[in-house]
Amino acid sequence: MSENIKTALYDIHVELGAKIVPFAGYEMPVTYPNGIQAEHQAVRNLAGMFDVSHMGEFWIAGDEALPFLQHVTINDVSKLEVGDAQYSAMCYEDGGIVDDLILYRKPDGYFMVINASNIDKDLEWLIKHKPENVNIENHSERYSLVALQGPKSREILSQFTDADLNLMFYSYADATICGHSVMLSRTGYTGELGFEIYASNEAIIDIWKAFLDDGVVPCGLATRDILRMEMKYCLYGNDIDHTTNPIEAGLSWITDFSKDDFIGKSVLLSTKENKPMRRLVTFELNERGIPRHDYRIHLDGEDVGFVTSGTQSMSLKKGIGMAYIDKGFAKVGNAIEVMIRNKPVSATIVKPPFVKETSILN
Amino acid sequence: MNIPENLKYSPEHEWIKVDGDCAYIGITDFAQGELGDIVFVEFPEIGDSFSIGDVFGTVEAVKTVADLFAPISGEVIEINDSLEDSPELINTDAYNDGWIIKLKVTNRDEFDTLLDATSYKGLLS
Repeated sequence: MSENIKTALYDIHVELGAKIVPFAGYEMPVTYPNGIQAEHQAVRNLAGMFDVSHMGEFWIAGDEALPFLQHVTINDVSKLEVGDAQYSAMCYEDGGIVDDLILYRKPDGYFMVINASNIDKDLEWLIKHKPENVNIENHSERYSLVALQGPKSREILSQFTDADLNLMFYSYADATICGHSVMLSRTGYTGELGFEIYASNEAIIDIWKAFLDDGVVPCGLATRDILRMEMKYCLYGNDIDHTTNPIEAGLSWITDFSKDDFIGKSVLLSTKENKPMRRLVTFELNERGIPRHDYRIHLDGEDVGFVTSGTQSMSLKKGIGMAYIDKGFAKVGNAIEVMIRNKPVSATIVKPPFVKETSILN
Repeated sequence: MNIPENLKYSPEHEWIKVDGDCAYIGITDFAQGELGDIVFVEFPEIGDSFSIGDVFGTVEAVKTVADLFAPISGEVIEINDSLEDSPELINTDAYNDGWIIKLKVTNRDEFDTLLDATSYKGLLS
């Protein structure tokens, strides 16, 4: 096993007193000394920033890049204009998910952002399916990525760039921040107004320090995890993986059946037509406790599913989670029991997201 | 690392403050730091009895859950109610406001099995 990779910001995290944990082959900050609650509040009310440089980046170009991406991803890539971003996924023939991803259309090719834990697997999968005249390069080590998220993120960013920050949600622009050329994307994993900044490993240090001096709260992976659960954003390895398909995971909206054949299409189409055997739902605990990955779900004494993600919501001040629940039981309003250390804890299936009013479209 | 001299410690990272026949029990500064943000404490009932090493409750942090082990034998005579609404007191004040339960000690000889501050510090290093 090779040693974990340190991001360009690693030394700064250590200096800030962050607790560092190994995550997907990287040494990542999980919390800073002020704690998750302060970090969470910063993102929901003001602005926080995350080092997410562990994310993988591929460059995909060549004459047949578009038909190739149409074949390996489930969303309609032909809709993308230069400047657009798209949430999508790659599936296996059986509909299981290889990875979820964001695809950016650049003037001369496509930029694919994937999960750190899947870099090797995804690269292998893409290379296996690509035609000769498509070129795929792994740029994961070349880019650092910082996510600036929160209702004040635009205002804060405006002090460091002349770029037009009225970018549409899921679009990007080339920009100069703190004198450095970056790719500025109106995306995020928190449900708030926010930007993701792809920059060189040198540039990201200047940018992070500038934000820090401006009072932006550094936030770790633990807070990121709570924020994304509050929005029902899936995390690969928890809520989706090779054993789950996009239809049951509630990702029909990124699955475009109108395009020509793509890997997994026939299975996904039949899942959609026959209704999935289970669905990913969101639930709230009615008692104290924290649901966690793999806890079983009971309904009237019957085992009907399992928790994929769970946490204490800092916004709702209660235990929340996501779970696959068998067909027929996965209805909003249903009373379920989460088995927490063999004790049934009462919960209710609720409509997502948990946090309804956010700044995401401000 | 904050390890007060006037307390006793268990190898399971609990602190014990002896008060006559009774003892206050909490988790150490080291333990709260390792757990991170604590969001929920599961208490025993008042009147429950435990022997050394029994699980008497759990502490749920955002990222993990940890069992609480009785560092000495005794009967629960008080629980720290304020942790129900403010479990983060364990993070902010592990040795005072963050106490978890008060036991009536069954066998005072068991105090001798506990670590003093120096030994506990040695355990951590």
